[in-house]
Amino acid sequence: MQFDTPATTNPIDRMKVVGKPIHRIDGQSKTTGRAKYAYEWHDADIAYAYGYPVGSAIAKGRITSMDTSAAKAAPGVLAVVTTLDVGDLKKGQFNTASLFGGSQIQHYHQAIAVVVAETFEQARSAASLIKVDYAEEQGVFDLEVAAEKAVKPDESQQPDSAAGDFDAAFRAAPVTLDARYATPDQSHAMMEPHASIAAWNGDEVTLWTSSQMIDWWRGDFAQTLGIDKEKVHLMSPFIGGGFGGKLFLRVDAVLAAFGAKACGCPVKVALPRPFIANNTTHRPATLQRIRIGAERDGKITAIGHESWSGNLPDGSLETAVMQTRLLYAGENRMTAMRLAALDLPEGNAMRAPGEAPGLMALEIAIDEMAEKLGIDPIEFRIINDTQVDPENPERPFSHRDLIGCLKLGAERFGWDARKAPAARREGNWMIGVGVAAAFRNNLVLPSGARVRLGSDGIVTVETDMTDIGTGSYTIIAQTAAEMMGVNIDKVAVQLGDSRFPVSAGSGGQFGANSSTSGVYAACIKLREAVARKLGFNSADVVFEDGNVRSGNRTVPLAEAAGADGLVGEDTMTWGDLTETHQQSTFGGHFVEVGVDVATGETRIRRMLAVCAAGRILNPITARSQMIGAMTMGAGGALSEELAVDTRRGFFVNHDLAGYEIAVHADIPHQEVIFMDETDPYSSPMKAKGVGELGLCGVAAAIANAIYNATGVRVRDYPITLDKLIGGLPDVA
Amino acid sequence: MNYKTEVSFTVNGEEQLLNVDNRTTLLDALREHLHLTGTKKGCDHGQCGACTVLVDGRRINACLTLAVMHEGDNITTIEGLGAPGDLHPMQAAFVKHDGFQCGYCTPGQICSSVAVLEEIKANIPSHATSDLTQQTKVSDAEIRERMSGNLCRCGAYSNILDAIVEVAEARP
Repeated sequence: MQFDTPATTNPIDRMKVVGKPIHRIDGQSKTTGRAKYAYEWHDADIAYAYGYPVGSAIAKGRITSMDTSAAKAAPGVLAVVTTLDVGDLKKGQFNTASLFGGSQIQHYHQAIAVVVAETFEQARSAASLIKVDYAEEQGVFDLEVAAEKAVKPDESQQPDSAAGDFDAAFRAAPVTLDARYATPDQSHAMMEPHASIAAWNGDEVTLWTSSQMIDWWRGDFAQTLGIDKEKVHLMSPFIGGGFGGKLFLRVDAVLAAFGAKACGCPVKVALPRPFIANNTTHRPATLQRIRIGAERDGKITAIGHESWSGNLPDGSLETAVMQTRLLYAGENRMTAMRLAALDLPEGNAMRAPGEAPGLMALEIAIDEMAEKLGIDPIEFRIINDTQVDPENPERPFSHRDLIGCLKLGAERFGWDARKAPAARREGNWMIGVGVAAAFRNNLVLPSGARVRLGSDGIVTVETDMTDIGTGSYTIIAQTAAEMMGVNIDKVAVQLGDSRFPVSAGSGGQFGANSSTSGVYAACIKLREAVARKLGFNSADVVFEDGNVRSGNRTVPLAEAAGADGLVGEDTMTWGDLTETHQQSTFGGHFVEVGVDVATGETRIRRMLAVCAAGRILNPITARSQMIGAMTMGAGGALSEELAVDTRRGFFVNHDLAGYEIAVHADIPHQEVIFMDETDPYSSPMKAKGVGELGLCGVAAAIANAIYNATGVRVRDYPITLDKLIGGLPDVA
Repeated sequence: MNYKTEVSFTVNGEEQLLNVDNRTTLLDALREHLHLTGTKKGCDHGQCGACTVLVDGRRINACLTLAVMHEGDNITTIEGLGAPGDLHPMQAAFVKHDGFQCGYCTPGQICSSVAVLEEIKANIPSHATSDLTQQTKVSDAEIRERMSGNLCRCGAYSNILDAIVEVAEARP
């Protein structure tokens, strides 16, 4: 089914199941420990061997020799496979850094061997016995230094944009801001380490792994191993978090496959936690410059945003300026992004790539500009709202209610009680509030599903969609239940298996809207099959209460299915509505902080997000996406930073003790309000994504609240106490 | 050289006799030997809390202790607290309040939660306890402090707190 005209009334609009606060259908399996994650696949008849990876001890250069004799002779060792043994491998389409194979080292902790043994302890012990000689080369690891030689990447990355005459308008503006901001490298730090089990059967391989994107992985896994994609069966029914870190094939899968081939038995490999930050991908650090010019009445006349980020030479940009092309009005505009070549690990997508670090800067800049103008920051945003693409005013937003979010949030949060900077004190605590806009584009990807109607009346959905904690199982069940007119307990959902139709997968907050649209399309096919079987005219058939009805004929669905059951399968594809109409999601983040006047310690006291993101398919799981993203944003604002050793070229704090994500004690009660809206341009579901929106802007709201509390403006994340304490008042 | 030792302990009410490599953690004994994979390995370094289990009623990071140290101990894992269709009240509260997303830290969060309420009841103080001369009471601050060794990257903390508070309030 092609979605190329705005949705009209359809069965989803009944909202009997969709939109209802239904608890996760996988909740009992997850809370009782029965949900099986990648490393936990266990067949009682099979003796699994354990693979343990070895990582490069240098950041750049090549391996001159490897001595594996001691490892091979160690107790229990079944096989050792080195990067030299396998030689150069074809890189996956979605990988920037080579995962394995050959002598070249592109980054620290690049995988260079796997040791396979009968037990985990034996494999780990033997892995430490491999001796490696390197020819080390000087690398570049410091973004500030490399940025001076940054280059404009190819046009496919849209490095530049311009409208009007930014330079002239900025020069002429009576009120201007020209400020620089920095965001650090960040790690996904999902709780489940990357893990895979590989089992060969002749030239076919089964891979149980932890993947957000089944089909991308399947293709890149096959390409890396040099086998046909058809020979790969990949499963990932439960994923212990991803946040972008499991979008692309990772080396645990490759090492498990090579290890399994070498020892002739199934092999399981999990990346040790201290290996993950440097072996896998991360969100690249950015340096940003924002210039805004405005009239004294607050109307923006010029807005410019530039960003520098680093990556391996063939890597992509962190697209930190993208939201600035769409978020605020202004006739004269420019953006520019430049790529600095770094020899750090591969930079790639982490939750809300681009917008997350971009809004960390932009929404401080807006706060600063509002202060210069003497205008309330919410009012300043309202003055500069736009209902059209500012670069192309012919192109409207499909639906945009940023103003509604900000106004409702201000009312609920008690924004009018906000005081001047450093004017509110409770004991040792300096109290402040901050606001930021949230903005993230609504992406859609083709998504397929197969829906079976059994003779027992059970509707079974099969799609290779993944549930990374987002609630895919539940919203897909709701969609099928709504479409087929059955209770949700009559729906079974099977996900994450490459034998099922290819879905959008999980990423870019496209998963919920795209995958449920695919299920919608498959259900339309199944409804047609039911109608055809019963001889009903499909145009006037109603699916309701477990029955199918046409005129005065009513047949139970189970009966309609017959002994053999019926199947509907389809893929939702997308026309040009995302081009004719800008589709985005919006929100307002409101935060209250206390900053200890003596220590500079920041505590978050209140958080509220108001979101406009189309139809909310399930308010429970959508709210959880929001509060989870707000929590990640709290870490991003206050503590998260991969510390770069600019001499040796690696992330130093590469574990969960050193890389500080938010913990229970950091997070207050969080409020989330969803605007009651639909977007018929987005899909037949009329929904958009929320999974990344919640992260967009929240760190800036915290930064702005800290400024309001203390009068100290920090433009360099994370906002740790050392950056505040010099500006705090004396405490005698 | 013999790297193996026999050890017996009780897991979820069942006697287990294992012959394990001395280096085997309690976590790997549970996951890889007994196939009780509800207890999760997030970091293997005592940094994340995903492996939290109850040993003789007290919570412990199963990755930071060797299996051979638990001769005769009584171990409860997430599988022993409840099962689908027969949930422990804390498991039911986590489902009701959506106190999880990906589910990977969840068994550890739940085991920790159960132990935290016992610790408060037993008047074991925490950093958040303001008055050491009084019986410790359940409060948001006490729960947040005591649960801070259990990381949740999905960020379900606010919902987890609601779940724990509900169970605490329902207790006699």
